[in-house]
Amino acid sequence: MTGPLLPSAPPAKPWLKRHRWLLLRRFNQLGILAMFILPPVFGGSLVTGTLSSSMTLDILPLTDPLLLTQSMLSGGWPALTGIVGAGLVLMFYAVLGGRVFCSWVCPVNMLTDFAAWLRRRLGLRSGARLSRSLRWWLLGLVLLLPVVTGAMVWEYVNPVSMLHRGLIFGFGYAWLILAAVFLYDLLIVPRGWCGHLCPVGACYAAIGAAAPVHITALRRDQCDDCMDCFSICPEPQVIKPALKGAAVGRGPIIDSIDCTKCGRCVEVCDREVFGLALGRVRSDGFGAAPTVG
Amino acid sequence: MPSEAPTSRQRRDFLTGLAKTAASVGLIGLGLGLYSQRASSLPAWALRPPGARPEDDFDGTCIRCGLCVRDCPFDMLHLARLGQDIPTGTPYFIAREAGCEMCEDIPCVKACPTQALDHSLTDINDADMGLAIVSDQQACIAFHGLRCDVCFEICPIREEAITLEYRPSAGAGGHDLVIPVVHPDRCTGCGKCEEACILEEAAIKVLPRHLLQGALGAHYPLVWNAQQREGGASVALDAAHRTTPATALRTLSSPTT
Repeated sequence: MTGPLLPSAPPAKPWLKRHRWLLLRRFNQLGILAMFILPPVFGGSLVTGTLSSSMTLDILPLTDPLLLTQSMLSGGWPALTGIVGAGLVLMFYAVLGGRVFCSWVCPVNMLTDFAAWLRRRLGLRSGARLSRSLRWWLLGLVLLLPVVTGAMVWEYVNPVSMLHRGLIFGFGYAWLILAAVFLYDLLIVPRGWCGHLCPVGACYAAIGAAAPVHITALRRDQCDDCMDCFSICPEPQVIKPALKGAAVGRGPIIDSIDCTKCGRCVEVCDREVFGLALGRVRSDGFGAAPTVG
Repeated sequence: MPSEAPTSRQRRDFLTGLAKTAASVGLIGLGLGLYSQRASSLPAWALRPPGARPEDDFDGTCIRCGLCVRDCPFDMLHLARLGQDIPTGTPYFIAREAGCEMCEDIPCVKACPTQALDHSLTDINDADMGLAIVSDQQACIAFHGLRCDVCFEICPIREEAITLEYRPSAGAGGHDLVIPVVHPDRCTGCGKCEEACILEEAAIKVLPRHLLQGALGAHYPLVWNAQQREGGASVALDAAHRTTPATALRTLSSPTT
């Protein structure tokens, strides 16, 4: 929803306050990119490699667990740095929430967020419907293909590594794949790639399934149904059970593993309905631990 | 919440939906699989870094991270881009542009987070990136009697992987020849010879070993080798057979020595 705020809403928050999480995320995403891209320019070696596998300051290895799994499924045993690197990434996202990768690290997110922003700006509301569970099917496929073919098939088309590798090592025709993702999101399926298809995001969602960090609609009684959060959210289906669940006795915590913790619902809400919840969540959506506003 | 038992209509919708999705994903998988089979072939002119596993294994193991490329102190490794004839994202080098400098500590292999570059390679002289071949004796100026030993001089496995063999002039007025000879058992395929060849188009090239090297086959042992292993020849060999192939060549072509 791009129009002015509803008349019933309280005075509009200043722009900076409405975009503070977004700015932090972009700072994080671009900062990570810069750490990869700048070393060759300055002759240093802060971080080398790509998001697929990297080495920071010659001491900290980080490896994408999904990629390493594919490598192992096609018959290769990883080196020690690969195992340690994948373990560290697993632990990090298991604690913070898997899809934090999607909204805070992955460079494709900037592209698909841009497509979603353009959609709102241009008032493109139509789009094909697609099951959001398709990504799980694709994840299965990504893991099955190395077993069957012995090749790392997904890496021939994976837009995530194509973009990151392209920015560091050069694109070739890889930009075509990213253009396809952008146009697909813009014209065919809203939030089509990250929200429906991407098996990398699905994998991270599974990794962070038990993470103790959640967004919560803790002041849901304040909600005036302005729909700002629904229209900005990349996975709007995760909001409703928490925001509107009071009537059926469900708690306010958004516990869907699809939530990317991008924080946009928190900042666009003029009634400050949303906040951050730390700690374990019961199956009814209530938390046992203290809630941080 | 109490849920009613699904009607047969609902069950039917659910199952057809499932079948639809499975069929679509299957088609995507088929397309991806077939594409990858085409896209995974490595052209002969692109060589893998030292320690690279055989190409089929390499393609399944390498996670395309670029760490080996970044850790190469000589920047002679590249990551293939989409659209090149090389599997996208995998490391390669082109001998004619820049060969491997054969670092003693092999940083590219150490950097690899998988075993795509085999970490059991600790002596760079055991590397097998390819095999050099003097592929065009008509073009190589050494075969015309000119003194060029650039490939011999630059070879890092000095006087072992490439040696110079002396061939006296075959007839009156001809030149004596000093020609480069590659020894497959010592050549690592680093590509420095191809890089250094002074010709417009190199007359010595490095290609994947399996394209060049022959194999005798177990059913056809060389009798004299077997006898040597047994503890000496049972038959007295003539002079030509007692020597190595290279010296035999020299002996045969110069009856005076």
